[in-house]
Amino acid sequence: MTGYAVEIEDVAVRFRTKKRDVTALRDVTMRVDPGEFVAIVGPSGCGKSTLLKLSSGLLAPSSGSVKLLGERVSGPRKDVGYVFQKAALLEWRTARKNILLQAEMRGMPAKEAKARADELIEMTGLTGFEDAYPHELSGGMQQRVALCRALLHRPPVLLMDEPFGALDALTREQMNVELRRIWQETKTTVLLVTHSIAEAVYLADRVVMITARPGTVAGVIEVNLPVDRDYGKTMSEPEFAKATRHIRDHLGAAAVAE
Amino acid sequence: MVTHSQSARTEPAGPPGPTSSAGVSERARPGIAQRILGFTERGWRPIALLVVLFFAWWAVTAAELIEPYLVPSPGDTFDAIASRPDYFWEHTWATTYETLLGFVIAAAVGVFAAVVMVQSATVEKTLYPLLLFAQVIPKIAIAPLFVVWLGFGIGPKIVVAVLMAFFPVVISMVTGLKSVDPEMLQLSATMGAKPGQTFWKIRFPASLPHLFSGLKVAATMAVTGAVVGEFVGADAGLGFVILQANGNLDTPVLFAGLLIMSLLGVLLFVLVEWLEHLVLPWHASRRTEGVTTTL
Ligand SMILES: Nc1ncnc2c1ncn2[C@@H]1O[C@H](COP(=O)(O)OP(=O)(O)O)[C@@H](O)[C@H]1O
Ligand SMILES: [Mg+2]
Repeated sequence: MTGYAVEIEDVAVRFRTKKRDVTALRDVTMRVDPGEFVAIVGPSGCGKSTLLKLSSGLLAPSSGSVKLLGERVSGPRKDVGYVFQKAALLEWRTARKNILLQAEMRGMPAKEAKARADELIEMTGLTGFEDAYPHELSGGMQQRVALCRALLHRPPVLLMDEPFGALDALTREQMNVELRRIWQETKTTVLLVTHSIAEAVYLADRVVMITARPGTVAGVIEVNLPVDRDYGKTMSEPEFAKATRHIRDHLGAAAVAE
Repeated sequence: MVTHSQSARTEPAGPPGPTSSAGVSERARPGIAQRILGFTERGWRPIALLVVLFFAWWAVTAAELIEPYLVPSPGDTFDAIASRPDYFWEHTWATTYETLLGFVIAAAVGVFAAVVMVQSATVEKTLYPLLLFAQVIPKIAIAPLFVVWLGFGIGPKIVVAVLMAFFPVVISMVTGLKSVDPEMLQLSATMGAKPGQTFWKIRFPASLPHLFSGLKVAATMAVTGAVVGEFVGADAGLGFVILQANGNLDTPVLFAGLLIMSLLGVLLFVLVEWLEHLVLPWHASRRTEGVTTTL
């Protein structure tokens, strides 16, 4: 028993395509404590999504080892919740039914699942939209549904791959505040991929910086901000400015995507 | 390590209530009245065109610009039907029966073939050339062979109808089954879904809009197939009526046959479209009007 939620040891990932071989990740080592909020930042194509897929067993490493909750990952894992940039909702299901897909696939008791769904719907401010179909919901609302679906089974690890990348700046800020609060309420481990440096620093305890070609960890910084983070105040903290500056320097101009 | 706090909620930048900008979009699902209104709004153009064409037909024949034995007047055409209603009813029913049976078999075979094909790339690569071959071979050329094999009864008509109708079903269903968002499938894997669950809850419903567009094409092909089958040897059906009228130079009956045949194709098409609205309300309600929708 290692005691880590996620443990990635000396991992390399190579993709074989017809034209050429791509080394997506090389020499990557990363450990995440249970209950920790870790953000992963880096330019597009540096292997951030690959890292999350490794952690959940959707992808096997070419070399090295990956452990989730102390157990070696050898196939898709059920003890995670996943949120993608696209909400990936089933358009023939209402918001509530989309959330409950998680329960149906897992064979959770219906009553328990319903109660949990109601709880999450309230927590994410979806009350009143339970019976709306995805095309009737705004991008922010769709992403809330995806988040509820990912949290339904109380996963010990939540993996988020640029979940707010497609949202407008204001909605994105709101979602950041909510995610931070939800994380505090659920105490789950979060791995969040983003290319917004501000988002990473506001949300995370630690920020892992990845550089491209091949994808390697360029550095890790601790964010020494209080646990309770007021959005406006945090933005003007000297520590916030210091951390974002540090990351920007580390990643170079390539990462400044926002 | 974490203490619960409400501080983030009370700030101006806090989470939005249901009334915020992140809420439901304006568009609601239309009621019955709106739908009828919408139908007449969209439907008047084709109907107007039909009326114009019909009037042109009437005008040309009334002015005797063309000899009546080449193009009969609308009146003569309808008289041809009205004077022998039983005859037309019998033969229309024969073609309808062959068409429906051919269509249903084509749909079932097509869906089954598509489901089998997406299981593995090897199966797909093996079956595709065979399907393509069955599609490109001219049906009118092989129809006589089916008559030799299956006789003058309903058999060859149904075989030709199936052969003509099943290709669009397979192609659309394969496309549909492959159109599923790969992230949705990854999500399904992290939910521990069994292959059957992923198929029935995600892949199959996601493929239905594609399937229905294939079924609509198939519906019109099935009519053609049945009539082609009748052309090469039959004693019943609209194809038989047309051939017989042709032999007798009885153009009013010939036109009547053509008219009924076209109507049959349109009716079956609309029937499939109506079924689509019934089965996929989520899809129909978000689809914008276009050339492929008549309802
Ligand atoms: N299935 C795949 N086949 C081939 N190359 C891939 C595949 N998935 C990712 N890659 C490549 O690996 C690299 C990292 O991809 P990804 O993890 O998606 O990057 P990011 O999420 O940081 O933008 C990219 O260069 C991408 O082209
Ligand atoms: Mg990515």
